[in-house]
Amino acid sequence: MATQQTRTLGRVLLAPSVILLFLWMIVPLGMTIWFSLLRYNLLDPGTESFVGLLNYQYFLTDPAFFAALANTLILVGSVLAITVIGGILIALLMDQPIFGRGIVRLMVIAPFFVMPTVSALVWKNLLMHPVSGLFAWVAGLLGLPAIDWFTNWPLLSIILIVAWQWLPFATLILLTALQSFDEEQKEAAEMDGTPAISFFFLLVLPHLARAITVVILIETIFLLSVFAEILVTTGGGPGLATTNIAFLVYAQALLQYDVGGASAGGIVAVVLANIVAIFLVRLVGKNLDA
Amino acid sequence: MARRISTTHRVTATAAGWLVGFLIFFPILWMVLTSFKTELDAFSTPPQFLFFHWTTENYAIVQERSNYLHHAMNSIILAFGSTAVALVVAIPAAWSMAFAPTKRTRDTLLWMLSTKMMPPVGVLVPIYLLFRDGGLLDTHIGLIMVEFLANLPIVVWMLYTYFKEIPKDILEAARMDGATIGKELIFVLAPMAVPGIASTVLLNVILAWNEAFWTLNLTTVDAAPLTTFIASYSSPEGLFWAKLSAASTLAIAPILVLGWFSQKQLVRGLTFGAVK
Amino acid sequence: MGKIELVGVEKAFGNVHVIRNVHLQVEDGEFVVFVGPSGCGKSTLLRLIAGLEDTTGGKILIDGTDVSDTPPAKRGLSMVFQSYALYPHMSVRSNIGFGLRMAGMPKEERNRKVEAAAQVLNLTPYLDRRPGQLSGGQRQRVAIGRAIVREPKAFLFDEPLSNLDAALRVNMRLEIARLQDTLGTTAIYVTHDQIEAMTLADKIVVLSAGQIEQVGSPLELYDHPANLFVAGFIGSPKMNFVTGQAAAARGAATIGVRPEHIAGSRTDGEWAGTVTVAEHVGSDTFLYVAVPGIGDITMRAVGEFALKPGESVYLTPDPDRIHRFDAEGQAMLAAR
Repeated sequence: MATQQTRTLGRVLLAPSVILLFLWMIVPLGMTIWFSLLRYNLLDPGTESFVGLLNYQYFLTDPAFFAALANTLILVGSVLAITVIGGILIALLMDQPIFGRGIVRLMVIAPFFVMPTVSALVWKNLLMHPVSGLFAWVAGLLGLPAIDWFTNWPLLSIILIVAWQWLPFATLILLTALQSFDEEQKEAAEMDGTPAISFFFLLVLPHLARAITVVILIETIFLLSVFAEILVTTGGGPGLATTNIAFLVYAQALLQYDVGGASAGGIVAVVLANIVAIFLVRLVGKNLDA
Repeated sequence: MARRISTTHRVTATAAGWLVGFLIFFPILWMVLTSFKTELDAFSTPPQFLFFHWTTENYAIVQERSNYLHHAMNSIILAFGSTAVALVVAIPAAWSMAFAPTKRTRDTLLWMLSTKMMPPVGVLVPIYLLFRDGGLLDTHIGLIMVEFLANLPIVVWMLYTYFKEIPKDILEAARMDGATIGKELIFVLAPMAVPGIASTVLLNVILAWNEAFWTLNLTTVDAAPLTTFIASYSSPEGLFWAKLSAASTLAIAPILVLGWFSQKQLVRGLTFGAVK
Repeated sequence: MGKIELVGVEKAFGNVHVIRNVHLQVEDGEFVVFVGPSGCGKSTLLRLIAGLEDTTGGKILIDGTDVSDTPPAKRGLSMVFQSYALYPHMSVRSNIGFGLRMAGMPKEERNRKVEAAAQVLNLTPYLDRRPGQLSGGQRQRVAIGRAIVREPKAFLFDEPLSNLDAALRVNMRLEIARLQDTLGTTAIYVTHDQIEAMTLADKIVVLSAGQIEQVGSPLELYDHPANLFVAGFIGSPKMNFVTGQAAAARGAATIGVRPEHIAGSRTDGEWAGTVTVAEHVGSDTFLYVAVPGIGDITMRAVGEFALKPGESVYLTPDPDRIHRFDAEGQAMLAAR
């Protein structure tokens, strides 16, 4: 393939991207690891000292960490469940002969393009407000007591907002996968008289398996880092009720100025994300060869 | 494609489809409606759906009181600036990987993608300190750098997949025609890749526009884009729903329009080609 | 001038040697065709000459200058690709003129040359269209126009006709032959189609497994194939090969005789056999004959030869046209 000249040139042209990304990755990550081994508080400058794994010990034995870890997992898990199941159902619906499908599709996709701070504040105020929110009014119509979402169900509220943001993504990808389903297979199944339910579970779902995996992996990567929605609605509270790992690290670093502890938390987050990333990279890599 | 579809099926599907679409879209619609209400109407119970006193005063107030345009400008500078820098760095890299691949190309590409999977909190502390010490906090240049690096893997990746679709023969023909590599890039590759480059720009602008981790942590006023500006409405003081709605509508409208045009690219760019 | 010399040219991709020690001389104005089965390295050899790949060893000289390390743009060659490789975003005019533009030729002069080339190729009415709006044959002509307008030292053709339908292919073949004749420019043409090779070439280079099997004029290859590979590759239908008794009787390991050099008779002849398939195409008759002790033999008779499958036939090879090969497959000196 090609000549020595183009190969050399290829390396030269690739170099800036590789070097920049390498620096972007390695330098801060290296610093995070280094800081995580120090006693380092911004309020107390000049007193940095090496403490080994002490920060990890504090961080990992801090009840806040377990609360945050639990919140992170509940948040990621619930949003995944809602978006994948909801996404499949909506994708199936969108694949039907809908009059004006293009417009419906636009409406379904729209939330994905709304910036996180906007969706969080609009939901918190306009919809979930216990007195003047629309949900309170709907509850009233149904004769139910209004729910004070962010006081009584803070994590659920966050989950709903985040799920609303990611539902379009899941739907869009699953719909793309669904549309590549072989029309003749559908017709063959119809000829065989396959009932709709078995058709779905035996043919459609296996066809979607790959897309579902991709949705789960990619959403997980992003959901592990949910931050803005929490910052502008609950600020992690009440108490620690909506603090996830990302927010905990932020709070530790920029509210309590504990650089060492925050760094240890950051490394924990990196490790968590990497577990997912490994699977995703392998999946993408396999596809690259095909 | 001549499948029989019964009218009942069509009607049911259409009704269900529109209902679901409406429900999902409703929060946005509600926000837009609220933006045209007076603060009193915005807050009223039962809620006012259409028959309220329509006003555009919120939009004027938002600009007047909080300098909306300043933040919108920051969003534009940030989104387009980081995208432009990313293109300059990524186009040569994508050319290299698509047309002069080596044994390591595949691994390089996967490694680049894997950097995108790193959670930002993992590097928040050092980046914050480096920015503080380097005087980069709340500056355009600093934030453009971060957004550029954060999205570079996706830009390289997308350009790579688009370049791969251009037949190598045509570039070789240009080389035979006496074009240097630079001219080959400018006269042949770039014009042929325009649709792909445009899609990449589109997706990257959307991602940068909506990015809220770095913008919230690294900006306050001067370089604060709309994400940060909207976040300032989180303090629960006074009647502000209509103004929040007006500001939010302005903040998402341009990107919503762009986004609607980019559905296909979205799938391609965000799934790293794993779903076709 | 366009004299091209290859001196011990080698190309390897990793451990795979695709071109081994190729020596070849292409004279100025000559039409040389590289022919061989797919994977024989003929396209790679062309790309080495073009400069699109670099050599692992040996030298390539154009007009006596070593160009082995010269980039393609500076070799003064032009190439017509199998896929035509037209620039889809440019008009026919810009496509043809792109090379001149890259060379920095002023616009008026460029236009004049492009229009002259278009005239020759009957492309004048299409100059402002995009390649996407043209038929296959027209695209092919644009690709050729792009090649000739630069007045290169040599044309390189990489299977240029393989994407055209059969009728168009014959036309374009004639057109390329006529054009090269008029311009008198050196041409190297790669094909796997031996009819194209035979009709176009001043000199044919038969390649197999990265090596040159034989170089010669079309008739030299037809009349005096240097080995079994060339004998089998050139000529259609393929030469019959016979081993064993019949070959030994003539002092060879293998003898070969072309279908057209076998006389057929209903009554007598050297080999008695049975017709298995008979193809009557009017101008010729092709018979596939099973001959006990010899094998399956193809023969071609001029005009109609009314035999049906199952009938017996006697075949007599023309003794002056029998090719003899030794155990290594190399041709032995002329028939006895």
